[in-house]
Amino acid sequence: MEIDIKKPILDRNDRLAQDNRALFDEKGVFVLDLMASPGAGKTSTILATIDALRDRYNIAVIEGDIASKVDAEKISAHGIPAVQINTGGACHLESDMIQRAIAALDMDALDLIIIENVGNLVCPTEFNLGEHAKVMILSVPEGHDKPYKYPNIFQIAEAVILNKYDTLSVFDFNEEEFRSVVTSLNHEAPVFAISATKGEGVDAWAEWLTDRIEALKSGS
Amino acid sequence: MHEMGIVSGILSSAVDAAEKEGASKINDVRISVGVLTEIQDFALQFAWESLSPGTIAEGAELVATFVSPVSKCSQCDTEFEHDRFEIVCPNCGNFVCEQIKGRELTIDSIDID
Ligand SMILES: Nc1nc2c(ncn2[C@@H]2O[C@H](COP(=O)(O)OP(=O)(O)OP(=O)(O)O)[C@@H](O)[C@H]2O)c(=O)[nH]1
Ligand SMILES: [Mg+2]
Ligand SMILES: [Zn+2]
Repeated sequence: MEIDIKKPILDRNDRLAQDNRALFDEKGVFVLDLMASPGAGKTSTILATIDALRDRYNIAVIEGDIASKVDAEKISAHGIPAVQINTGGACHLESDMIQRAIAALDMDALDLIIIENVGNLVCPTEFNLGEHAKVMILSVPEGHDKPYKYPNIFQIAEAVILNKYDTLSVFDFNEEEFRSVVTSLNHEAPVFAISATKGEGVDAWAEWLTDRIEALKSGS
Repeated sequence: MHEMGIVSGILSSAVDAAEKEGASKINDVRISVGVLTEIQDFALQFAWESLSPGTIAEGAELVATFVSPVSKCSQCDTEFEHDRFEIVCPNCGNFVCEQIKGRELTIDSIDID
């Protein structure tokens, strides 16, 4: 007997992501997955975001790296709980790693978890972690042509951060072209130009994130 | 690349659906796989052969239908087939296109006794 099923196959990662998401929603913890190339300024952006929001929210950070714990140490030195995940060679984080990391955090006390994904513009886009939003960072020195080469990450990001904006005059980065390609790939995502290490432009980004956190808290 | 996880998802959906029907045996499982998922049939078959024994799907055939990528141009609305690497509108040369086929990963049907 033939039976029609017609439903999406959820792989193991997607099923664990659903479990993670259910826990985040139950605890009212907003979870952000930050993706970017190596060195684009993920850790610097997280530190700047912490400075902007720490008076209002309890924040923790999950650091994904192939090896080392230097990024988690930077966050801890800032007085914020940080869990380091070493992927042991894998080029992206997966849901089971997040599951283990959150076991080390006090979920009842938190409002926001920021995940620093492994530096890579390709693989992290394929893996749902149960997060509420994926956001990507492009830094000015990488060049304005990156959306042509890595369209997928620009399409799935809910917001795009253009970091190292203070270096604009040193590089031939065409901001107008960059913004127009990003918009054509993704009509919804706002682009926030920031200098993470100087704290410039961080307010508008922090406000966007605050709106998203509040929307989760009010149950919408 | 993550075929094991995918096949364990296929197996659990198929076994759940078959048990709901009171079946004792699954004869085949039909799935659709978009080419852009980069999933390879040999890897699916390998994972199926290692995961299905010991379940009511033991010995069942896993039949994958591969779906070619199709995109729609954001500028002139042309729909066109393409390969995994070059996505350019054949009508106007625009590269900003919406993927409408090629990423599917669905379990279509099962045959049971
Ligand atoms: N000029 C300038 N430099 C920046 C800015 N943001 C980050 N940097 C520098 O860029 C380098 C990399 O920054 P990180 O924040 O470590 O980048 P990351 O993406 O976390 O790097 P990985 O975790 O190693 O992939 C550091 O030397 C930062 O000081 C910025 O806004 N302006
Ligand atoms: Mg870092
Ligand atoms: Zn066209």
